[in-house]
Amino acid sequence: MAARKHRRVGDSPLARRTLIGIAVGLTVLLLFMPLVLIFVQAFAEGWAGYVSNILNEYTLHAIGLTLVVALLTVPLNMVFGVFLAWLVTRFRFPGRKLLTTLIDIPFAVSPVVAGLLFLLLYGSNGWVGQWLGEYDIQLMFSWPGIVMVTVFVTCPFVARELIPLMQQQGREEEEAGVVLGASGWQLFRRVTLPNIRWALLYGVILTNARAVGEFGAVSVVSGNIRGETNTLPLQVELLYQDYNTVGAFAASSLLAGIALITLVVKAIVEWRQSRN
Amino acid sequence: MSIEIQGINKFFDKFQALHDINLTIPDGQLTALLGPSGSGKTTLLRIIAGLETPEEGRIRFSGRDVTDLHVRDRSVGFVFQHYALFRHMTVAENVAFGLNVLPRKERPGKPEIRKRVKDLLEMVQLEHLADRYPAQLSGGQKQRIALARAMAMRPEILLLDEPFGALDAKVRKDLRRWLRSLHDELHFTSVFVTHDQEEALELSDQVVVMSNGRIEQVDTPLELYGRPDSRFVFEFLGQVNVLSGKIRDGVMRQGDAWIRLPEGCENDDAQLYLRPHEVRLTQAASDQAHLPFRIEAINLIGAEVRVELKPDGWECEELWEVGISHTEFNARQPQRGDRCFAVPDVGHLFCEHAAEPRTLEWR
Repeated sequence: MAARKHRRVGDSPLARRTLIGIAVGLTVLLLFMPLVLIFVQAFAEGWAGYVSNILNEYTLHAIGLTLVVALLTVPLNMVFGVFLAWLVTRFRFPGRKLLTTLIDIPFAVSPVVAGLLFLLLYGSNGWVGQWLGEYDIQLMFSWPGIVMVTVFVTCPFVARELIPLMQQQGREEEEAGVVLGASGWQLFRRVTLPNIRWALLYGVILTNARAVGEFGAVSVVSGNIRGETNTLPLQVELLYQDYNTVGAFAASSLLAGIALITLVVKAIVEWRQSRN
Repeated sequence: MSIEIQGINKFFDKFQALHDINLTIPDGQLTALLGPSGSGKTTLLRIIAGLETPEEGRIRFSGRDVTDLHVRDRSVGFVFQHYALFRHMTVAENVAFGLNVLPRKERPGKPEIRKRVKDLLEMVQLEHLADRYPAQLSGGQKQRIALARAMAMRPEILLLDEPFGALDAKVRKDLRRWLRSLHDELHFTSVFVTHDQEEALELSDQVVVMSNGRIEQVDTPLELYGRPDSRFVFEFLGQVNVLSGKIRDGVMRQGDAWIRLPEGCENDDAQLYLRPHEVRLTQAASDQAHLPFRIEAINLIGAEVRVELKPDGWECEELWEVGISHTEFNARQPQRGDRCFAVPDVGHLFCEHAAEPRTLEWR
């Protein structure tokens, strides 16, 4: 009997090939080429040129500052996110719905606007800033300000990952734990945390990626002081404006490298999550 | 350990889930909390465990007031409706959890814990699953593990929330028997919540029927089925046939239907409740009852043939159902649409002006 090909609706070879072609073409053009170009440009002056660009005093300082910001932001938002998700999913209180909506504000607001808001509040002429100024505390145009806006911009990631998961898992396992005599801390460490660990890690990865790469909000509050308040993304822009293209791309390659590592870790975590 | 519940009131916002509950659950017995959903049975169970706090009232375990005692210090065993096994732990780790979270001074050593877990898994006949994860177990297996986990702390009180609700009929029957035998062997005090009358009547020593946050009746299964206190309990416990009518001079009438009542029935509006097995089917009316029907449907599956009857010349809210033996069915071969008569042997009369029902006998 002759084999007959069965086709489903919309499965004609022409449509399939065209769609796949467009998707691949766009991916190469818009995603892959620019990524390759970053590294091509970064190494335009060879390995030695790359290293000397990275080892530039101001670039090194920017790398250090960026790491400090990420190191402060990520744990802070991890704790905050777990706390918030716990609060929203395990308790009933007036304003709970409102709170879940408010969590999304940093997503909804443009980072530049967020930066301006902080400037308005904590700047030397701002409401809180003036009062702090009396005690000689300056938050804006220095690293605490950068950390503050980064925390603001990245605070929804962890909570957003955890809330749906914790809602779906319910509180029965925790109740089972208490009935069996577990204390609050034992409950969190032995029951809650293991159940949310992959989602938590996923949230942390996203938080870290954004904290390292944030430009808009940071650029408003940093004051762009070279070697003092420049983070890596700001340094990239500064180098580029100085017509130091190779230097700018060398610094960019670091950010791109972090992004690639993030993607790999994210893929692994997603794979682990789907396995559980 | 007995459980005394005294004057419990529980509110969820403005909704009152429990109204002044007073109840004693005797030591070493298996008690069922039976009621439709929303009757407050699960809330009562959770209050006994300490997972909910009542606004008013006290809970005592063998005289000791535990109302203000935290759940973790009440040392009761609790089996959740959906088992609530810890999904990231193996079966053995699940069962060992209660022992592992004990304060260091009271915690048994590792070998001792291992031995206890092994014994518990043997008790539920699932030793071979010790290293599996909950997701790899069937519903019946999860249920047994949940039970083993609850028993690990050797509680004197075991509370079970809809223990067999999510299982299929066959597994449910096996587990019921198994729980009964386990209870008879170990003699803890158990309370379980169910909405399944059959389960409650089969399994328990004492049944507490609840509706709308109130206790309707507390009795042994036999008494409860034989002498329900209220229309609610009657209707909730199995199929019931109802004749509503007026009593005049010892005869209850509605349309073409009438029944001669035994002596001592006052003139009143009344309902007569009859269980399917308390009614016989005949081809001619007797001199004590005239209840004409048409046969609406015949169901042959089961130990008895169930005949559904539609009233002929009078009315009732739901069709009557009468059970006849297969032998009788084969001898008479009744057909759909045949006319026949019901003759009651025993009935329960609820009069509008009487507080309690009266059980009548015609035999």
